[in-house]
Amino acid sequence: MSAVQEVVTPAAIEAVPKRAMTLGYGTSLIMLALLLLVPLFVKNFIIFQLTMLLIYGLAVLALNILTGGSGQFSLGQSAFYAVGAYTSAILMEHAGMNYALTLPVAGLICFGFGFLFGQPALRLSGVYLALATFALATAMPQLLKLGYFEHWTGGVQGLVVTKPDAPFGLPISQDMWLYYFTLVITIAIYIFSVNLLQSRSGRALMAIRDNEIAASAMGVDVALYKTLAFGVSAGITGIAGGLGAIAVQFVAPDAYTITLAISLFLGMVVGGVGWLPGSIVGSAFIIFVPNIAEGISKGLSGAVFGVLLFLVIFLVPHGARQVAIVAQQLMGKLKRN
Amino acid sequence: MELFTNQILAGIATGAIYACMALAVVMIYQAIDHLNFAQGEMAMFSTFISWQLMQWGVPYWGAFIITLALSFAGGIAIERLLFKPLAKAPILTNVAGFIALFAIINSVAGLIWDFTIKQYPTPFGSYPFLGSQLISTHQAGMIGVTVLLLLALYFFFQFTRIGLAMRAAASVPESARLVGVNTSWMIALGWGMAAAIGSIAGMLIAPVVFLEPNMMGGVLIYGFAAAVLGGLTSPLGAVVGGFLVGIFENLAGTYIPGVGNELKLPIALALIITVLVVKPAGLFGRPIVKRV
Repeated sequence: MSAVQEVVTPAAIEAVPKRAMTLGYGTSLIMLALLLLVPLFVKNFIIFQLTMLLIYGLAVLALNILTGGSGQFSLGQSAFYAVGAYTSAILMEHAGMNYALTLPVAGLICFGFGFLFGQPALRLSGVYLALATFALATAMPQLLKLGYFEHWTGGVQGLVVTKPDAPFGLPISQDMWLYYFTLVITIAIYIFSVNLLQSRSGRALMAIRDNEIAASAMGVDVALYKTLAFGVSAGITGIAGGLGAIAVQFVAPDAYTITLAISLFLGMVVGGVGWLPGSIVGSAFIIFVPNIAEGISKGLSGAVFGVLLFLVIFLVPHGARQVAIVAQQLMGKLKRN
Repeated sequence: MELFTNQILAGIATGAIYACMALAVVMIYQAIDHLNFAQGEMAMFSTFISWQLMQWGVPYWGAFIITLALSFAGGIAIERLLFKPLAKAPILTNVAGFIALFAIINSVAGLIWDFTIKQYPTPFGSYPFLGSQLISTHQAGMIGVTVLLLLALYFFFQFTRIGLAMRAAASVPESARLVGVNTSWMIALGWGMAAAIGSIAGMLIAPVVFLEPNMMGGVLIYGFAAAVLGGLTSPLGAVVGGFLVGIFENLAGTYIPGVGNELKLPIALALIITVLVVKPAGLFGRPIVKRV
C-alpha cells in the first residue's frame, strides 16, 4: 500500500450554471407581489411567522453563498447569527441606538468576524472544515454566558429588546411594519447576492468551488476569495440575526445553539444548494415543517419530522431547484403547443 | 505532580469512551466516505435493545451477542432501505438524510423507552482498578475491549479478502468494480459493521453516562472530534485521538483558570482545530492527493 493515494474525487458540490442560480423576471414579480400582498390579509401572528420566514431565508441565503458559491461547508452559521443578534440588542438597549442603524453595524462586525474566521479555515476543507465551524457553533452560547460579558449580554438571562413602532405615524401594526421593513432589507440583500454571484468575484468563487487548483492556475486569489466568501456570508447572517433579535424581542445564549446551524443547513439542502431563490423555500421548510410534525403527533414529532425530511430528499434530492427546473420545462412545452 | 498524573489517568478513563465512539465513526467513514451524524443514536438504540433483553431475563453476554447481531442486521437494513436510493444524490443531501435518521431514532427511542435515566449493568464490576480511585475496573475493561476491537479490525482490514475488498470499494469504487468487487454490498457491510461496533461502544458507555435517549449527544461530538484529530482514515488514529481528547479536556478543565465544565468542550475543540491547521489530515491520516 503506497503512502499517497491518487484519487480523482468529484467536487463536493456539483456545478450550478450561473444563469440557473436566479429566477426569471416573470416569476420574480409574482413572488414579489405575493410577499407584498399576503400580510394584508392575515393575522398578526402569521405576519410574525412570515417575518421569521424572511429572516431565516436571509440566513439560508448567506449559507448558500458560502456553500453553493464557494464550496465551503459551514455548521457555524448560528454563531454569526448570534453575534449579529447580540450586536443589535446591545446597541439598542445599552447605547439607545435606532434599530435600523444597528443592522449595518451588526453586518460589519459579523463580516469582520467571518473574514477572520475564514483565515484558519483556509487550511481545512470538507469534514475538517465542518468540525471547525461546528466547534464555533458549540462555543458561542458558552462564550455569551461568560461572567466577563454579563454586564452587556445579560448572561444566561439574555436581553429584552423593545419592538419598534411604525414611523411617521403610519396606521399599521408593529408586526406589519417590521414585516415590510424586513422585506425591503431582504430584497436588497437578495439583489446584492445575485449580482455578487454574477460578477467577476462570483465567477472566481465558483471557479474555486469547481476546482481550486485550476482556479488558482487561472490567476484567482484563492485565499482572498475564500475568506471574502466567509466574510460576506457571515455579514448577511449577522444582519439576519439583528433582524431576528428585533422581531423576537429577546436574545438569549440558548436560542443560538448548534440546532439553529443544523436547521439552516437543512434549509439550504431543501431549497437546493447553490440556488438562491430556493433559500426562501428552505426557510419555509425549517419554520413550518416542525410545527406540522408536532401537529401530526406530539410524542413522535421528531420522527415525523425525520420522515418528512426523508420524503423530500427522496423525491427531490436536489431540493426546490429540481422542482423549478421541471416546472420550467413543463412551461416550455406548454408554450410550444 | 500527583494532580497532573491523576488528571491524565482520569483523562484516559473518559478518553476510552471517546475512543470507542471514534472507532465506530472511522469504520463507517471508511465504508461510505461520509461522517454519519446518526451514529450515536444508532448506538443508543442498540444499547436500549440490549437493556430490554436483559429486562426480559437474558444474561448479559447473551444480550450482548444478540444485540451485536441485531445491530449488524439493522445497519445493513438502514443502508439498503434509506441510503442506497440516495447513493447518486449530492453529498449534502446525504448529510440531511443522516440528520433525518437522527431525529427519527431519537424520537422513537423516547417513545418506546421514555426519557427517564436508567441504570445499565457492567460485566467488569466497578471497583477501583489496581488500587487507583480514578480508574474503575469497568473503565479498564472498556480500554481493554477498545484495544481488542482495534486489533481485530486491523487484522480484518489488512489480512482478509473481504477487508481488502471493502477498502478498495471505499477508496476507488470504479476500479474495485472492474476487478469484480460488489461495491454496493461492501457499503452495506460497512454500515452493518459500524452499527455493530457502535452497539459495543454504546453498551460500554451506558454504565458510565447512564442509559437514556440523549446519552450519546455529548459523546458523539467528542467521538467525531477524536476521529478527526486522529485522522479519519486511520482506526488507530481514532483510538489515540480519543485518549488525547479525553486528556486535553481534563487538563484544560484543571489548569486553565476560569474554565469550568461549560468551557471544556469549546477549548478541547479549539485545540483540535489548532492541531488540524498544522496537520490538515489529522495526526495519523494519510493526505489524499487530488488529480486536477
